[in-house]
Amino acid sequence: MPSVRYTRDHEYVAVDGDMATVGITDYAQKTLGDVVFVELPAVGATFAGGDAAGVVESVKAASDVFAPVSGEVTAVNSALEKRPGDVNEEPLGKGWFYKLRLTNPGELDALMDEAAYEAFVKTLS
Amino acid sequence: MTDTSSTPAASTPAAPLARTPLHALSLSLGAKMVPFAGYDMPAHYSLGVLGEHQHVRAQAGLFDVSHMGQAFVVGANHDVAARALEALCPADLLGLAPGRQRYTQLLNENGGIVDDLMISRSAAADEDGALMLVVNASRKDVDFDHIEARLPAGTRLIRAPHRALIALQGPLAEAVLSRHCPEAASLAFMSAATLNVAGLDCHVSRSGYTGEDGFEISIRGDRADRLARALLAEPEVLPIGLGARDSLRLEAGLCLYGRDIDESISPVEAGLEWSIGKRRVAEGGFAGAERVQREIAEGPQRRRVGVLPDGRAPARTGTLITTPDETPVGVVTSGGFGPSLNAPLAMGYVVGPHAEPGTELMLVVRGTPMPARVAAMPFIPHRYKR
Repeated sequence: MPSVRYTRDHEYVAVDGDMATVGITDYAQKTLGDVVFVELPAVGATFAGGDAAGVVESVKAASDVFAPVSGEVTAVNSALEKRPGDVNEEPLGKGWFYKLRLTNPGELDALMDEAAYEAFVKTLS
Repeated sequence: MTDTSSTPAASTPAAPLARTPLHALSLSLGAKMVPFAGYDMPAHYSLGVLGEHQHVRAQAGLFDVSHMGQAFVVGANHDVAARALEALCPADLLGLAPGRQRYTQLLNENGGIVDDLMISRSAAADEDGALMLVVNASRKDVDFDHIEARLPAGTRLIRAPHRALIALQGPLAEAVLSRHCPEAASLAFMSAATLNVAGLDCHVSRSGYTGEDGFEISIRGDRADRLARALLAEPEVLPIGLGARDSLRLEAGLCLYGRDIDESISPVEAGLEWSIGKRRVAEGGFAGAERVQREIAEGPQRRRVGVLPDGRAPARTGTLITTPDETPVGVVTSGGFGPSLNAPLAMGYVVGPHAEPGTELMLVVRGTPMPARVAAMPFIPHRYKR
């Protein structure tokens, strides 16, 4: 069972061993509104935690998506090119963005668990 | 995840936000409110921008546009009032028939656009000599000061800050409004009349900012809530926010002041020659006439064009436009995603030779040139009832 961690920028990272799936949270998709375009990183790209790793655009705005932790991109959800609305429908399911091989799993400790993230979201009006 | 761009244009005022007469109603309908032109305005409701946009194209939507500026220019008769405004605008206003409305621009001495606006002449003989103006919210103080400072003796500007404005837009707008005002059905596009709607005195024009058939209804602010509720009670009507208003007008190829037109841009550059009277071009005698006449004769340096990206990435306001060999030729002034087009779309300015529909261009999105081409506007055909 993967454990899910969250950033203050509303990305999630679902971790299973040294592999992680990254996307945006349900709060993020609700705030963005209807997603119409997702720009994904290239497979093989490497990121440090906090690097801009993609863009998500709704009818309202374009937003950067950051790599929650350091790693190498091993797969991207290219289905989002044709069905960007999957991000709204199932942000933690079929609306995932990309998969990372973690290079510094210790960074996960700095991210929020689900209870902490839910509390954080409640502080946002 | 961090916002890098957003639409519609939101101002960032330090002063407390003003509220329209429909503010409380918008809140009760679940609006997500945003600051716009100094007002706290609905951006969207629970349906969201995409759904609201599609609802307006399919049925009918109600927009609170009471933040817009309303005023009257009054003279002894129509000729006096029309001549006063003809000095400031390039439209043929002397020739504006009773009960008709015209789109025009206030121009500065250099031919730049101070604002774009609607001017309507009452159909009632006893109201002749009064021209009704509807201007952009963000510009109303500038506009009204500009007009007041230039009106000749014998004319005056009467501001109408206590009037609300409700737009009812969409293919079913006529059917809906006819239930409350049978005469509305017989108004042609760009006509206006004083009518009783749901038992309330209103100034109704057949016009809008969506590309769809529809009406704009001016009413005393203290009665606006009753009118809005009566229209919202109709099963075809949903409340629509500024987000969908922006995507609808973009698909319709219509300019947003402050984005697509401003004090540096002429109506010829903006592709608004159709709104300039032939007599006015021949005679001149309006602010900025020299530039307008020259640009009509010789062609402007730059033109507003539609641009369709080949790919799926939207190009937002400020995106650089280049030739295929990456020579800069212009900039996007409005861009985003067109829900009815189901594709990204943009408008912007390019220098003369690149303005022909079909011309291949590049949009530099986040540093990467993306292929695109010049497209005729509107992107979605207008469906006005002429």
